[in-house]
Amino acid sequence: MEGANQAQAAADFEVAIVGSGPAGLSAAGRAQFHDAQNGLTAPSYVLLEGFNAPAKTIQQYQKGKHVMAEPGFLDLRSDFDFQAGTRESILGEWQTSLEAQGVNIRYGADVTQVSRQGDVFQLACADGSRLTARSVILAMGTAGNPRKLGVDGENLPQIQYQLDDPDAYSDEVIVVVGAGDAAIENAIALSHHNEVVIVNRRDEFSRAKDGNLNAVLAAINDPKNKFSCLYETNVLRVEENAEGDIPITIWFETPDGEKAVPCHRVIARLGGIPPRKFVESIGVEFPNARPDAVPELSSTYESNVPGVYVIGALAGCPLIKQAMNQGHDVIEFIRGNLIKPADHPLLEYQFHMMPFMREVDELLELFQQRIPMFRELNTLNFRELIIESNVLVSYAEGPMHQEAQTKLDTLLGQLQDKDPQPRTARIIEEGAYLYQQGDYATSFFTIVEGEVIIEDGHGEVLRTLGRGEFFGEGSLISGQARKETARAGSGCILIESPRRTMVKLMNSNEEVRAGIDWIFIVRELQRHFAPEATFQQLRDIAQNTPIREFKAGEVVYRQGEDGASMHLMRSGSVNLSRSTDDGPPVLVAELRAGELFGQMSLMGDPSRRESAVASVASETIEIDRTQFLALIELNEAGVASLQQQVSSQALALSQMEVRTESTGVMQFLMNNGLGEATDALLIDERLCVGCDNCEKACAETHDGISRLDRSAGPSFAYIHIPISCRHCEHPHCMKDCPPNAINRGLDGEVFIDDTCIGCGNCEANCPYDVIKMSYPAPKKPGLFSWMLFGRGDGPGEVEGFEPDDTAKASGKRAVKCDACMNQPGGPACVAACPTGAAKRLSPEQFIRLVD
Amino acid sequence: MFENIFRYRGGRYLWWSLILVIISVGLYTSHSAANPPSGSSWQGYTLGTLGALLIVWLSWLGVRKRSYKSTMGTVQGWTSAHIYLGTAVLIIGSLHSAMEFGWNVHTVAYVLMCLVIFSGFYGLHVYINYPHSLAENRRGGSRQTLFAELYDLNTRGLALVGNCSADLQGAISSSIERTAIGGGVLAQLFAKDNSLVATDAGKPAPNKDQQYVVDLVAERIPKAERAAEAVALEEMLSLLCRRQTILRRIRRDIQLEGWLRVWLYVHVPLTIALIVALIVHIISTFIYW
Repeated sequence: MEGANQAQAAADFEVAIVGSGPAGLSAAGRAQFHDAQNGLTAPSYVLLEGFNAPAKTIQQYQKGKHVMAEPGFLDLRSDFDFQAGTRESILGEWQTSLEAQGVNIRYGADVTQVSRQGDVFQLACADGSRLTARSVILAMGTAGNPRKLGVDGENLPQIQYQLDDPDAYSDEVIVVVGAGDAAIENAIALSHHNEVVIVNRRDEFSRAKDGNLNAVLAAINDPKNKFSCLYETNVLRVEENAEGDIPITIWFETPDGEKAVPCHRVIARLGGIPPRKFVESIGVEFPNARPDAVPELSSTYESNVPGVYVIGALAGCPLIKQAMNQGHDVIEFIRGNLIKPADHPLLEYQFHMMPFMREVDELLELFQQRIPMFRELNTLNFRELIIESNVLVSYAEGPMHQEAQTKLDTLLGQLQDKDPQPRTARIIEEGAYLYQQGDYATSFFTIVEGEVIIEDGHGEVLRTLGRGEFFGEGSLISGQARKETARAGSGCILIESPRRTMVKLMNSNEEVRAGIDWIFIVRELQRHFAPEATFQQLRDIAQNTPIREFKAGEVVYRQGEDGASMHLMRSGSVNLSRSTDDGPPVLVAELRAGELFGQMSLMGDPSRRESAVASVASETIEIDRTQFLALIELNEAGVASLQQQVSSQALALSQMEVRTESTGVMQFLMNNGLGEATDALLIDERLCVGCDNCEKACAETHDGISRLDRSAGPSFAYIHIPISCRHCEHPHCMKDCPPNAINRGLDGEVFIDDTCIGCGNCEANCPYDVIKMSYPAPKKPGLFSWMLFGRGDGPGEVEGFEPDDTAKASGKRAVKCDACMNQPGGPACVAACPTGAAKRLSPEQFIRLVD
Repeated sequence: MFENIFRYRGGRYLWWSLILVIISVGLYTSHSAANPPSGSSWQGYTLGTLGALLIVWLSWLGVRKRSYKSTMGTVQGWTSAHIYLGTAVLIIGSLHSAMEFGWNVHTVAYVLMCLVIFSGFYGLHVYINYPHSLAENRRGGSRQTLFAELYDLNTRGLALVGNCSADLQGAISSSIERTAIGGGVLAQLFAKDNSLVATDAGKPAPNKDQQYVVDLVAERIPKAERAAEAVALEEMLSLLCRRQTILRRIRRDIQLEGWLRVWLYVHVPLTIALIVALIVHIISTFIYW
């Protein structure tokens, strides 16, 4: 390394790498490679790991977990090898390479402080050691360190902050501290062979998922189990026992006074301390306070603090392969070697169909300059946006189109061997539909060049959009089907970005969020109040109509209050209910995105005639009297139709009020989260004979695994909601899927594709328990072999099936209902019901349930 | 929104069946003095062929129901047609027989056909009526929630029993421990209750419907010597009564589900027997042409 000797004089190391996960390991491997090339005897870098082994997060995976190597189309660029395999094989391989390469790693070096001293950084570790380095690479991931007990004795060897294998302990007294899902799962697993005491700071398990809540309560109440719970209890201290077989005693403060429990082991599951505070203490800035925000970085992964680099999950790249590539590249960048990143070819594929020849980097810059909203984005984020999007280029029918198609076919031919294929540019014909009214697509489009025509459902042109503008934000935000149709005009170059990319971007970039929110409001106001008004006319009004957010169960307004505003639903679901003197409140309407409520207070009696409550997390645009009058002024002719709407809504609400059976069923559906459903399976109990042919049909059409549990789930007035996917407007399961494997089909089906890595995030995120992790089921003999000769288990999922070796090797994957999107006969559960008891219904049909 | 199998598509297959029956009756009445009604007249052969084809198609429901990827209608449509056309077969088969019965294989086939159809009628009766009763009996819950409540009551009962006098303790805890649910097929179908309770006599007494132990506790209440004992007894009585109700519901649930399933164990084997008899009937008809 040139000048390395000089640098050594001023700093202990050229580079200090914090965290030895995939990103940090790979960076260290690259640095070691250069040291070896340059014949250095003293290493120019150090890899600091707080734990006693590399890759702590992967170490903590359960035994034998299959780790996947997504995305398949991205090549690995690292001095460490990485292929899909079991946790053990991957960790073993890395350990061997670590030793073989002689990487300079320090274990137990928990970095607590990084400060700048002149042109070097000083790093202080928890054990008091210090060192200096010219550059610092932060690669410690997002899992954070486990929160400790915070009492005397918290570092005793019998106190664990994780549990690898519950079956490793038996006949012990074990205290589990914590009331979250991890604590409950550990406690239940341990209770099979041990006596377990679970310690809850509160008086109930309010943070746990329903499944875990039921399980823990059942375990506590089961007299056969040696499982007990201490509520409203805090840990005071832990002491070592001088004598006896039981090594430690843990002291508690309980509502009944102090209490001591002698035990063999304490498992504390108190969550993690996110590393953000530490990162900020170095001076690295985050764009906003959102928990998933990622620091702003240059194209060389350098943060706003020169010399501090951020890579891996902390930089927003949760996938192992991406993180390893970044580790490799960042060392090259620090050495001044501005190589093209490993994902460079992916950009080339996206730009392959440009009608003009330019270098990739030039094109990136050109694209970014053309779109005002993206101008402020840092290059790294924009690069990622393009890689995750599709670049669409339109050609008019004719020789140009054919020529372009041939060029694309050649590229696709070259990429044929890649499995899965990377995303490439796409060719569209001029005049072709980008999407049609009613399509359930949530992608977001930006126009780099050319124009796009927006039409209503009857083909009437509503507006034409040009360079730098964007569209498709409505479905992105509301989670509903497209309200308009979009067609490619002439000479189009478009960026089509998937929902996840946009959500990530909106959460990490204030300009993008504000830009999209603002246009959303303007277009909604235009649609509802003043179709003829221009953007300029609506600009001020839009700036004064705030977006209001409501949690599930939160009140928007109450019956009897005086109101001075109306609401336009943006996302989620709001229920209107009325109370009368002689009965409980009845639900009179359910409103979804795009609908208005509370208009009466601005157009007549100010007193609210019903209460409005969000049934799921919802957002509205609140329009007060001033803005409402300004809107009316823009379109006086529209008043009559608004009045008409108010009058029919008032009529509908009053009619609904007296139909108590319907309101009861609606209330039941809303209480069970169907306010965010787009397609829900409901069963009429008066028709259901309990044959479970629906479950069998589900399993038989989905590789032997049923995605529905008929008998589970709540019932009311003969309507039963089985455990089955409702295809939510904003699917909770999509929230943090590392390989982005959860998608939405054109008809609204939320499905998981083959890139699932089996991490289980979606299972944990689904509030309705409709996703399960499962091994692929073994093949079964055909129907007639079973019917005539009794071979195999017959139709349906075989309960507790034993997966074969291939299935075990490939690991568990998430499985959920895909609404039978590939079945020509439609949803198999419905088609297979012999008595017509099972139906899949859309929200508009809920209200007709009792008719 | 939901329509039952009778009303499927406005009872479309009822009309199909009526038309088939009218045609068949027409055919039958076309017999003349020279060509009297018989299974071996040309009308008889036609009716027989029609009936046989229908029987084969009706049995095919077992396959269609399990052909989950099939796009040939819905299983509900098939079931609705199965019911109406199955009923029509009773008439078509009877017309084909021309009431010529004897101790022979042909009559065996006819009798089996009737048994299959009547077992089907019974199945239809339970399919139409029992789901409603089942749902009503579950009160918005499921069998699992019923068992969960019973389990909870058992735990609480065993915990409360300590407050009762020593002689009651044995009776109550034994009544909980020796509660019998389910059992063999007949016990399930007829909701037999073989629950027992320990008595001073040494031999356990029957505790059907928990009545013995409920009465025992109820009798003791006025005889309580201390106020605290009376309170404990009343609490225990209310728990035992709740438990009695839950047990009734569980037995009823098992019973109804049992009847919903068991008829198929008659209907399907009889169908197989019918098909065998039908083949023998057809072959023998051709042999003795």
